[in-house]
Amino acid sequence: MDAEPFVINVDQAVLDDLGRRLRRTRWTGGPRDDGWEFGTSPEYLKELLGYWQNQFDWRKAEASLNLFSQFKAELDGSRIHFLHEKARGQARLPLLLLHGWPDSFYRYYKVIPKLTSPGLLGADPRDAFDVVVPSLPGFGFTGPVRYRSTKQPNRQSAELLWRLMTEVLGYRKFAVAGGDGGGALAQILAIEHPESVVGIHLTDLGWHVANVDPKTVSKAEQKYLDAGKKHFMTDGAYAMVQSSTPHSLAPALTDSPSGLAAWILDRFHSWSDNGGQLEKSFTKDELLTNIMIYWVTHTIGSSIDTYRADMLSPSLTIADHVDVPVGLALFPKDMGGIPPREFAERTLNVQHWTEMPRGSHFAALEEPELYAKDVTTFFRALAA
Amino acid sequence: MSVQPFEVRIPDAVLVDLRERLASTQLPEAEEGESWDSGTSPAFLRRLLQHWQTGFDWRAQEAAINRLSHFRAPVSGIEIHFIHERGRGKAPLPLILTHGYPDSFLRFSKLIPLLTDPEAHGADPSDAFDVVVPSLPGFGFSQRPDSDGMTFQVGDLWHKLMTEELGYARFGAHGGDWGSTITEHLARSHATSLIGIHLTDVPFWHTFQKPHDLSPAEEKQLAATSAFMMKQGAYAMIQGTRPLTLAQGLMDSPAGLAAWLVEKFQSLSDCNGQVEARFSLDELLTNIMVYWTTGTIASAFLPYYDFTQAGAMRWILETAKGWVGHSHVPTGIALFAKDSTHAPREWAQRFFNVQRYTELPRGGHFAAFEEPELLAEDLRAFFRPLRGRTAIELSEGASHA
Repeated sequence: MDAEPFVINVDQAVLDDLGRRLRRTRWTGGPRDDGWEFGTSPEYLKELLGYWQNQFDWRKAEASLNLFSQFKAELDGSRIHFLHEKARGQARLPLLLLHGWPDSFYRYYKVIPKLTSPGLLGADPRDAFDVVVPSLPGFGFTGPVRYRSTKQPNRQSAELLWRLMTEVLGYRKFAVAGGDGGGALAQILAIEHPESVVGIHLTDLGWHVANVDPKTVSKAEQKYLDAGKKHFMTDGAYAMVQSSTPHSLAPALTDSPSGLAAWILDRFHSWSDNGGQLEKSFTKDELLTNIMIYWVTHTIGSSIDTYRADMLSPSLTIADHVDVPVGLALFPKDMGGIPPREFAERTLNVQHWTEMPRGSHFAALEEPELYAKDVTTFFRALAA
Repeated sequence: MSVQPFEVRIPDAVLVDLRERLASTQLPEAEEGESWDSGTSPAFLRRLLQHWQTGFDWRAQEAAINRLSHFRAPVSGIEIHFIHERGRGKAPLPLILTHGYPDSFLRFSKLIPLLTDPEAHGADPSDAFDVVVPSLPGFGFSQRPDSDGMTFQVGDLWHKLMTEELGYARFGAHGGDWGSTITEHLARSHATSLIGIHLTDVPFWHTFQKPHDLSPAEEKQLAATSAFMMKQGAYAMIQGTRPLTLAQGLMDSPAGLAAWLVEKFQSLSDCNGQVEARFSLDELLTNIMVYWTTGTIASAFLPYYDFTQAGAMRWILETAKGWVGHSHVPTGIALFAKDSTHAPREWAQRFFNVQRYTELPRGGHFAAFEEPELLAEDLRAFFRPLRGRTAIELSEGASHA
């Protein structure tokens, strides 16, 4: 099975159309105009949109994305986009990196060289990986895929990724790392294909663990669950909407670049560790490059449909257990904070546990050094 | 006199801009089909947008809207838009009608003539009402508040509008959705001015404080309300916690605004899943146009924000605690078969002096629009015994009840 080389080259007409839409943005006009109290700060959104129109250079961003070797592979009639960077020197392991929502393969752009070419960056050259970063089904340059049925779509997505690694790329054994939705897919890959997956590295436990039997939880676990629930009530409405009525939401985000930016920025603001100063974690170019990956591919709708599809037929339940070795890197400002280790051990074979000093949900983008080092350390021990 | 006549007249530039936006609408490609299971049906949305571009005539709708008498008046510094239609009969009873979300003053457009001129509709002219229909602050042609907290002042604004601006010493009030909350507030804070109130639901926030002595029917109702919120409450959660995160796209995209609003007309009305069985495309679009042309979707989310944030909980705990027992204002409750909540009589009696409790055989959340005849009949029947009674008689009646 072949993968065809792929280069991102967005039609000029799409960019011209975007420019027209941005120029005629209708602003919400209140209530108050500052701060993030009512959701995405109108003041910051205006600043970012000004930059998007006048300074942001998509062609430059596109060229830097195209520095990575990209491909599209046809599997079951769907074309999976992925980035494939070989190790400089002998690869210790192939490593599949899985993003989540509302990020993209771009989540990993800073850590890829650290993982493929540690020798060039003053680290041990023996720690090199072959790195594969797909755009997940429903996302970015992969776009919507046709599932065989509505049953457990995430299991079906994981199967496509397994076939990508084995049938298309010929890797018999490989490592997987991910967070958010990508972490859930990593768990499914480990459960379905322990013969192929040597271990998985995660930054969170997955949303299914909230369904633990409340009669069995310890005090520390209860405290963690309560904090998570409280957090969800104040910050989880996006997920409620996406899991229940995504088709009422998606048209606005597909039709309005400012609407798309507002929806995505809110998550980057909530899920970053910077005392509210978003640009301490991400530059405008980074925020916009990620938003552009959704805009130019028209995939915000299909990306949020994955919430609804998983809600209707969940792929992971509290009864599932990952038996292959699991490494956890927990970032303090991620949703709900750091869980008690015994809570993680309910569903995961935890072999490696790191509580990070700083960082949040988009760890690979926000704290690339910490993230790459932890992934490397965990898989070094496994490969030994 | 600060009340000024008002006419709805949207500038051409707004309509031209809208036409251009609609012509360049970009929709999610993978979404198709008739199903409303995941929100607004993609196929229905396409039909609605098609009609908006090629069949819908805003100027004709605007002319119809302007056949009613509209006014604006500054009330406590906030410009309030309202319809004021005088009744035809010997002694029309003044009645203020309050809409909710995602409707507008248009909620009452079919009801108004039935109330002002019963004789023309085969009813008794002595049942006539003077009808006042304001737009909530932040909705439609009323002024947008520039911060949160307005929801808890609207009852006071309505009282001032009715008494000081329009000169009605005593009046009735009716509402559903936010309108029932506002109407309750009005009755509790200004009881001596109220002849009676009539609601199509018991305001939802009463469920926040669960009493210990619930009847089985009440238990069932509270469970149903909480199931509804889990299943269908996402819109309220996002509008309450992150109003601007959502509003920006709805402000900028007419298709997006339509998709977000129209879902509620399908899911909350008695339409058996077929939204057009209850509302014509023109009716749906005219209501959407009230939000689009005024740019008020963000401010229309503010009542949700008010109720979700700590300030609202404090208001509920402190203000509502002062309202121990039921309001003595005579209250009529009319529950329509397919509305989202269906309070048992004993639940309503905890908070209101219930004098009439009617379960209507059909109709949903937008009762005034869906079943104007049924609602008009219930309003006439409820207010009939209250007409001509003085405040003292009414309060004595209540204390002897």
